[in-house]
This record gives sequence, structure tokens and C-alpha cells, in this order.
Amino acid sequence: MAGAGGGNDIQWCFSQVKGAVDDDVAEGTSRKEAQVMLLSYVPACELQGLRFKPIHYSVGGRFTKPRKLYRVDLSRNQLGDREKVRHFDQATKDLVTQCLRTGQFKRTSSSSGNKIQSHSRGEYNVYSTFQSHEPEFDYLKSLEIEEKINKIRWLPQKNAAQFLLSTNDKTIKLWKISERDKRPEGYNLKEEDGRYRDPTTVTTLRVPVFRPMDLMVEASPRRIFANAHTYHINSISINSDYETYLSADDLRINLWHLEITDRSFNIVDIKPANMEELTEVITAAEFHPNSCNTFVYSSSKGTIRLCDMRASALCDRHSKLFEEPEDPSNRSFFSEIISSISDVKFSHSGRYMMTRDYLSVKIWDLNMENRPVETYQVHEYLRSKLCSLYENDCIFDKFECCWNGSDSVVMTGSYNNFFRMFDRNTKRDITLEASRENNKPRTVLKPRKVCASGKRKKDEISVDSLDFNKKILHTAWHPKENIIAVATTNNLYIFQDKVN
Amino acid sequence: MGWNQRLGGGSGVWLFRRTPISERMMLSKGLKRKREEEEEGLAVDTWWLDPGHPAVAQAPAATAASSSLFDLSVLKLHHSLRQSEPDLRHLVLVVNTLRRIQASMAPAATLPPVPSPPPAPGVADSLLASSDAALSASMASLLEDLSHIEGLSQVPQPLADEGPLGRPTAGAPPSLGALDLLGPATGCLLDDSLEGLFEDIDTSMYDSELWAPASESLKPGPVEGPGKEETTPELDEAELDYLMDVLVGTQALERPPGPGR
Repeated sequence: MAGAGGGNDIQWCFSQVKGAVDDDVAEGTSRKEAQVMLLSYVPACELQGLRFKPIHYSVGGRFTKPRKLYRVDLSRNQLGDREKVRHFDQATKDLVTQCLRTGQFKRTSSSSGNKIQSHSRGEYNVYSTFQSHEPEFDYLKSLEIEEKINKIRWLPQKNAAQFLLSTNDKTIKLWKISERDKRPEGYNLKEEDGRYRDPTTVTTLRVPVFRPMDLMVEASPRRIFANAHTYHINSISINSDYETYLSADDLRINLWHLEITDRSFNIVDIKPANMEELTEVITAAEFHPNSCNTFVYSSSKGTIRLCDMRASALCDRHSKLFEEPEDPSNRSFFSEIISSISDVKFSHSGRYMMTRDYLSVKIWDLNMENRPVETYQVHEYLRSKLCSLYENDCIFDKFECCWNGSDSVVMTGSYNNFFRMFDRNTKRDITLEASRENNKPRTVLKPRKVCASGKRKKDEISVDSLDFNKKILHTAWHPKENIIAVATTNNLYIFQDKVN
Repeated sequence: MGWNQRLGGGSGVWLFRRTPISERMMLSKGLKRKREEEEEGLAVDTWWLDPGHPAVAQAPAATAASSSLFDLSVLKLHHSLRQSEPDLRHLVLVVNTLRRIQASMAPAATLPPVPSPPPAPGVADSLLASSDAALSASMASLLEDLSHIEGLSQVPQPLADEGPLGRPTAGAPPSLGALDLLGPATGCLLDDSLEGLFEDIDTSMYDSELWAPASESLKPGPVEGPGKEETTPELDEAELDYLMDVLVGTQALERPPGPGR
């Protein structure tokens, strides 16, 4: 079962990488563009239902590359012969040939013949790319609003089209992504190239018909939710009612209806009457996956507040406050900064939530407010380097975290293009690296280790040689499979577990 | 970079232009990071821990290094404030850290000057005293301005809990009143029609140089002047006067509005 194996029973293999070869980003060179790139999953040849029997077996029955194939049509319960292959359409033949040529297949045998199964699950190819936000200019403040996208959230799929919300600092947009694989042909008044025909030249009438065409993916903005945020939007979260969503900036959280763009409800406002008294900002917010009236938001002081929208219109008073008391032995000038929560994510079950602060990942039981039920150290070796990290501003980096489909493993990023997984059941953890060096497909990733101090063992990396410009802030786990996406500065890596 | 200021009294539209924070923050010009101290500090594992921590010896090195961390934080704050739209989280975290450092350095100010403490804490004290006022003043004014930004740019929301002006604050500039006339009536101030009015106006005359001659006549502030000159010799008198004028000039802008507003 996907995800049930845990982070360490799984052997993670490189699958794909997309992006620039050079992973370094020079300061202030390129604008952060608001391009949304969608990748679609192309399954490996799905040859289920088709069985292929090689004409010749080698001695001992071991599989050799078949020289000829023929199809066993199980539905008809007949053993086919060579002749049947000719009845395949060309697409199927091409597919089979391609699959066998790439060596992605292995054979499993059963009494009714050999079945060809794929080694991997397929790959992600670019499906569509579109510009989500344009750079804007705020005339009142003479400020440019960057078009860089802060968050993207998918809506649950209701029909053939996909919908997603994307947001920059100020504006949220709802995008519809639809496929078009047919086009009408045979207009009476329009030529095929679009030019209009002179009506007087039309002598007969015909009915336009839809003909297949090459797949075209269209992204169109359906709603624009603007002018509701004075400060920078850091989170969007779709409600389980699939009708509303929230957007959070540094001081306020607004509730929107997906159909209504000209107004929103303010549900949290922590702006003090006197801005001099400002000591805390909102850092992340999320709706509960099952309760449509419940959401949480985290703060720069390391607290999480759970709010119930049924209690009052303005949820300034929390229903629950989650906060772990500070460990006095670790107190320092930087205590507050490293306690600032950069991401909060509910488990799929809705019973737990996970928070990410600078050095650790914490799992909270929603029924217990005074401390987390589990704490995992992401890179404790950085605790003695906090001053340097403060100096170069790395201490303000905002790492995200994610759950796997079964909520048994959590994952988050670190520096040097390392990312970490923690298995909640076995309590084991693993550190892996996203690097183009291991970029042969199905190469198993080798676990990495950072040496905090003292004698460095072979294959370990010392803390001082970590590259703090190579940071993995965003990771994602497929909701059903053991496929993960990990983002470095300029590249997106996809890893899969080794299919046995 | 600031906002474009248009002193358009006739049109009744006031936009704001503020001098860059660098010219207001007293400490910005002369402040150099004390690299040697900092490197020394980094070599010691725990020097930057809270001085109340039992593991930290009350050594002069610790205090001096605290001071350099203080300087670093001020630099960061300064840099953050200089952004066109400051990252509020970064700002708040740096300010809170600064407050922690200040709180830990404050006891040093009460120590008698004669015995062991080296000159460093003394420098830190005067820096602290002078900078605290400037820091608070600048922070306060900036955060006030941020709330003014909100007041100006907020499109009226029927269900929002505040009107276009945001929460009124004591420091609201008089011009907001005029803007108020425009705000609710016309809705979004970002209409193209309004913007079109200003397209042909050259704004270069409203650059920062305008402020210096205009404010020369103002009295310099009482607090910072003498102390600063002793402890930061890098600031020369002309720069000092200029900065003082700007500070006072800005504070004049934020005088509370008269009754009836």
C-alpha cells in the first residue's frame, strides 16, 4: 500500500528533474516570474489486460527479450497467435515497442502466460505553462507589486476541468485548466484559417462537426480576488465545503466565496490599534480538512490558534491555543526567531497538525494544547550557528513541510539541497539529497549524514561545508503513491520509491 | 524610494512622500559593524546567549559582543525599513530581537564606570540611550506610516470591520482628511481616470533634496545632538544637523490633527 511502508522501508529513486542546469541563483538577477507550470502524469505503458507471450523461450524458462509478440486476449479466453498482433491498432503497437525498447519492463509469469509490468509508475511531463500574475504598480504607494507567486492550491476536481488558486502578495486568482482535443470544422461563414467568407458566395449549407485535434491545454482566469489585503498574502486554504476559502496576510485573514470576488469577510484581525505595539504577525493559516468551520493560524511567536467560525463573526478569540513552553536551557536572543512557525499542515485524517519552525517539525494532537505529541529535529547542528545564520538572514528562511498519504511519514527540506523524512511509526529518519549527480533514472538515493562536530566519518558532510544557498523550502507528497516532488532553487526533482 | 508626493492643494489629493529611512535614522551613517569583535564573538559558543543564562560568564567580551549583535540588528532593521514594502515578519522579529538585546544590555548602564568594565559597555550605553530614542521614533513613525498606507489604499469593504481610514491614530497627518473626501465617494483610488491627472507632472522636483533647505530653520532636537557627536565621530556636523532637521521635520508632519478631524 502506498505510504504505509514508511520513510525507511522505502528505497527512494531518482525519477526526473526539471529546470535549469545551474542551481545557483545570483542575487537580484532574474525576476521571480509568476509562471505556473503544470506537469501531468503519464503512466508507463499500462498493459493490463494484455498479456504477451514470447514465441521463443530460452532454456529454463527465463525470460529473454521476445523476438515476436502475440497477444493473449483474456476476455475471449483464447490463446492468441502471431496473427493477432496485426489486429492491434498502430498506437498500441508503438506503445508496446517503445516500452520494450526502453527496458522499463520486466516480466512476471503465471500459468496463463507472461505479463509485462512496468518498473516505474510513469513520469511527469509538462502539461501546461501559463503566466498567473502580471507585475502591477500600486500608484498610491509608488510600489511595484511583484508578480511572484506565493502559494498555489488545487481545488477538488468536480468535472473534466481542473481548478487552482494562485496568489501573489496581493491578489488571488482562480484558474481553470481545461483540455481541448476536438475542434469544430465546417463553418459556413468562416474559412478554416479564420477568415470570414462573403455570404453571397455560400451556395450550400452544411452542419459544422467536431473533429479530433492535437491536445491543447488552456488555462483561463475565472475569478480575480483583489484589493482585500494590505499586507503580503502568505497563505491560501480551501475549505472542505469546496465553496469558500481563506487568504491570510501578516495581520489579517479573509474568508472568500469562490464565486464572489467583490467582497470578503474578515475573520481574523491582529493588527493592534497602535502599530507601535505590533509584536506578532500571522505566518500561515489552514482550514481543517473535514470540519468546514475550523481553521488554524500560526504566528511568528511560535503559537498556533485554532478558531471556530461558528463562535463569532470575527475570530479574534481562539478556541484553542497551541504553544510549547520555551526550553530554558536553549534560551537565547534568537529564541523567538527560531520559534517562528513557517508552515502549518493538517494531517489527512484531520486529527493532527504539523508545524515547522526553524529547527524542528512538531506534530500536535488537536486535543492537546500544551505541547506537541511528537517533535523531530531537522537540523539541530545549526543551533550553535544561529548567530551566523542571523547575520546572513538564513534564520528567516521559511521551510514548508508535508504529510504522506497515510499520515505515517512527514517530510521537510533543509540546506545543501538536503531533505528529511521522519517515520512516525518506526521513529526512524532519513536525510536525502536532491542533486543532479544521481540523475540516472531508478538510481537509489543514498542517505546523507551531517557531522555536527568532531571527527568526520567517511561520506559525512561537516556543518561548515554545507551550502546555505541551496535550500529546499518546498516539498510535496503524492496523496496516494510514494512519489515526492522536491524543489531546489531552480529545479524540480521527482523521486519515486523503487518498485519491486 | 518612497511615495510620490504631490502637494496639490487645489485638487485636494495628497499623496505622501517620505524621505528614506536612511536619512532619518541617526545611527545609519556612521555605523560600522565591528568585525573583529564579531569574529571573536563567533568563536565563543555561548556568548550570545541571554546573559541571565547560567552558562554565560559575565565577561566583558560577552557585553561587547552583545553590543555588536545589537549593531547588527540595527543594521538589519535599517535595511528592512529601507525596503519599498518591508517584510513585516522580518521587521517584527528583528525588532523583538533588538528589544531582547537592549533589555540584556540595560543592566550594564547602571554599573559604576570606575572599576573593571572596559570602555566598550560605555560606548554601548550611550549608543543605547541615543539610539533607543531614535529607534523608537523611527520604528513608531514607520509603523504609523504603514497604518496610514492602509488607510489610504483600503478599498471600502461592506463587511470589513474598519472604514477606509483604518483605525484612526493620533499621528494622522492633516492631509488624510482631504483624502477622505475622495476615498469613500469614488471607491478605489487607483482609478485610471485619477491616475491620468498626474501622468504629465514631473516628480523629480520632489526628491529628497527638497527637504534639506526647507527645514534648516527648524530647531534641532534636544536629545541626540551632543551625545552622538562624541561617540560617533564619523558623523560630521553638517550631516548631523541635516539628519536632525529631517527627524524633527518628519515629526512635525505627524503632529496630531486639530479638533474636528
